[in-house]
Amino acid sequence: MKQEHIVIIGNGISGVTLARHIRKLSNQRITLISSESEHFFSRTALMYVYMGHMKWNHLKPYEDGFWKKNKIDIKQAYVSAVDHKNKELQLESGEAFPYDKLVIACGSKSNKFGWPGQDLKGVLGLYSKQDLESLEVHAPNKEACKRAVIVGGGLIGIELAEMLATRNIPVTLLVRESHFWNNVLPDEEAKLIDRHIREHHIDLRLETNLEEISADDIGRVKAIKIKETGEVLECDFVGLTPGVLPNIDFLKSSGIELNRGVLVNRNLETSVEGVYAIGDCAEQRQPIGNRPSIEAVWYTGRMMGETLAQTLCGNPREYKPGHWFNSAKFFDIEYQTYGWVFNQPKEGQTDFYWEHTDGKKCIHIQYEIESGIFKGINTFGIRLRHEVFDRWLTEKATVDEVIKNLKSANFDPEFFKSYEKEIQNKFQHTLKTT
Amino acid sequence: MSVDVNMSVTGNSPEALNVQQKLSSALGLLGVSIMVLSGFNIQFQPKIVWVSLSLIMVFAGIFWYSKVSYGHMTEGIKNDRVYFKSLTNRGFWAYILGLVLTGFYIVLYFYPSWIGLSSDGENTGVVALFDPLSQAISGNAASQWFVYGTLYTTAIVGFGIKFLWKYRHNRYQRLRTFSVMFFQLGFAFLIPELMSRLNGDNFSLPYYNFVNIWPLNYYNFEQYRVDQYINAGNVGIGLLIFGVLSILIITPILTYKYGKRWYCSWVCGCGGLAETAGDSFRHLSDKSQSSWKLERWLVHIVVVFVVIMTTAVVYSYLNTDKYWLSGSAFLISVASLLTIVFTWTMVYKREELQNDAKYAAIGFFVVILSLLGLHFSGLIDKVFLFEAETLRSTYGFVIGAIFSGVVGVGFYPIFGNRVWCRFGCPMAAILGFQQRLFSKFRITTNGGQCISCGNCTTYCEMGIDVRAYAQKGENIVRSSCVGCGICASVCPRGVLKLENDTPVGRINSKEILLGNDVDLMDLVNQNK
Repeated sequence: MKQEHIVIIGNGISGVTLARHIRKLSNQRITLISSESEHFFSRTALMYVYMGHMKWNHLKPYEDGFWKKNKIDIKQAYVSAVDHKNKELQLESGEAFPYDKLVIACGSKSNKFGWPGQDLKGVLGLYSKQDLESLEVHAPNKEACKRAVIVGGGLIGIELAEMLATRNIPVTLLVRESHFWNNVLPDEEAKLIDRHIREHHIDLRLETNLEEISADDIGRVKAIKIKETGEVLECDFVGLTPGVLPNIDFLKSSGIELNRGVLVNRNLETSVEGVYAIGDCAEQRQPIGNRPSIEAVWYTGRMMGETLAQTLCGNPREYKPGHWFNSAKFFDIEYQTYGWVFNQPKEGQTDFYWEHTDGKKCIHIQYEIESGIFKGINTFGIRLRHEVFDRWLTEKATVDEVIKNLKSANFDPEFFKSYEKEIQNKFQHTLKTT
Repeated sequence: MSVDVNMSVTGNSPEALNVQQKLSSALGLLGVSIMVLSGFNIQFQPKIVWVSLSLIMVFAGIFWYSKVSYGHMTEGIKNDRVYFKSLTNRGFWAYILGLVLTGFYIVLYFYPSWIGLSSDGENTGVVALFDPLSQAISGNAASQWFVYGTLYTTAIVGFGIKFLWKYRHNRYQRLRTFSVMFFQLGFAFLIPELMSRLNGDNFSLPYYNFVNIWPLNYYNFEQYRVDQYINAGNVGIGLLIFGVLSILIITPILTYKYGKRWYCSWVCGCGGLAETAGDSFRHLSDKSQSSWKLERWLVHIVVVFVVIMTTAVVYSYLNTDKYWLSGSAFLISVASLLTIVFTWTMVYKREELQNDAKYAAIGFFVVILSLLGLHFSGLIDKVFLFEAETLRSTYGFVIGAIFSGVVGVGFYPIFGNRVWCRFGCPMAAILGFQQRLFSKFRITTNGGQCISCGNCTTYCEMGIDVRAYAQKGENIVRSSCVGCGICASVCPRGVLKLENDTPVGRINSKEILLGNDVDLMDLVNQNK
């Protein structure tokens, strides 16, 4: 194969996984372009720098020499437009940068819903390295930031709350739903996390929406107003974390077909030949199974990178993610999920919930009523083995099998207490009484 | 300001201690200052009261500090602000502490008279302060080693309590810490001291810590010790046999079953200090590839050195008719044993070895050649033109004192807490070799759940880039891993697990990242 120049916009997990796998498979020329940082870093760990667990350098999974050694060119630049007819990128510096094949892996940006004052100084999302730098300016300590308000009850919101709490900054967390992350989590788990958030002295306000953000004389955030009560909360920092959306404004003039994200088919091809999109910014024309058409998840970004690398190296493949899984950590409570657990069981399905008396560990299983087929599990405070659940989901194991063999899926460290017996007893009891 | 420089120290964040933390630190330091002042020959009388007071204040200070630091927090990983603190981020106080510790070690090893050790007549200074305590336990006056042993044990037990508080959510960490506290207090400190009470005119045992195994205690088979063992009758012979069995039989079996962690982070005193007093500095270990390279060279060179040195020392006194084992027989058996290990490794375990193989092979080769050379050259007790005794004292100075003490502990606040274990300990190298070759131990990754955040790598005291394995879904079977389990504790996704399982399939170089369809993973693995 003739040596092609593959240019990847974005050096996040999708773009970097793609570059690494192309390098494994072929000798093509690869360039990673990003304006955010020179080297790939793990976005998921940004919070730990602010919390003082790690330094910036610890976020880089590869030593700086890795890229040169593996002949992956790095270009720190901001792409302002794509000209697919001439196969070149317009860089902000004015330079035109040619490519043979283009991969858009430019990720997301924070959602904003047109709130008055959303662009004031001291109002931020938390997504990029620059956001973190900005956070360090606006909320370095409790003297400079007497109160922070976070809007959005999702994963980034609670991480931001945790971060600010480590610097003893008082935090108010506004959540639109009736419980934390309730649009995803069933009530039981959502309440469990509500309690845990409050245990960390976060002022959690449920069913509460932001009305507006007001400024002081020099254009910095001064206070927010709550829609439901009209209450005005003085604050020095506002975190906007109601999810993310594809960061694709620079593509508007490109002629590449866009919707909310860059539209792609199952092979991750866009409407333009030789241009592909992966990761957070890619939007499937047809959603895959229960998955959303835009998957802003670290793991799926990695999988798309692996898949597209095969395609670009002469082995065209569809993006076929296996069974859904995800994980997170809410302050001290770890969360994993395998398969699908919805906040309400789907039609024809029911659920089983067990919670430990300490109120910090639970599992929630959903399964089909008729057949008993296991559909998915949420687990909090107990580590479960991915491999085992992957197999059970593939084999369409029944809920009985899962409960009976739960021990084989335990991934907790040695000497930890195990709760399988208790869970099994509760399950038996539930069966009898229903 | 840019994060590239180091955002974390610009944060102007709450580094300051709260009132209770200040008071508790002051209490502990007051305890230390009693010892320091007595070092300047201020006479505290009665000594037994003052030495007890001093130790109690140190314990109470640590206990109180731990309680106010962690007691009010919810259970879970608490590494907040580690990189903002001068002491734990190689700041001013880290260097001060490093200098103090280093200075202490230099005085301890080379100028014990400065702290009041007297070879003839009464002790003075700090050593004298500890006399009544030593009298109470062993019946003898204190030596600088008794002072050191007491402080060492105080550090492990005191900071062990801090560790227990910090990691109270984690049963693995709690049990492991109880274990190192127990072994230090019992086996390393009290038992040997109590044993020396048995010594009398007709019966004398060397100071013996059961869990300090050759080659970590490189002096175990020196003439004076062996003579003492033999003269002490059945008990002594028993100890001597135990000393030999522990390295040839007991440790390989335990390492097969549990990995080298059973020793390095559950039993060993050096490991015990690193895990407790050194816990605040674990993240400072160097994770670069170049340090890994240095580590492999250094640690294997130390093994070679200790094997040659011990063999030469033993040979030098066996070469008489005094013992049933002759010098020649000893040399030949050592050479044979090494040859057997080497051949077995190369024939049966070749595919499990990568870099370690080269270093171990070179090491074995050098040792065997020198042994044979020794034997046939007629140089009775000279190795490479050195007297065995010169070799021994050189090892004792360079490795035993400077490396394991002055650098190993003195530099905790700069290079992390496992410098000695990682770069210098011959015992760790041998156990690591066993661990790499035939152990059931490994750290597994939970499918495709790793988010490459890097907590595991950052908090690995042995400088292993755990993330590099975890993000590929590979098992971690590095010979340097001491199985402290901190990587698994700090992982925010619960991705890592220390496991003892069948040796089959332990070393998988494939990338297994669940989540993709199976066909793709097959392809990824084929094209590796």
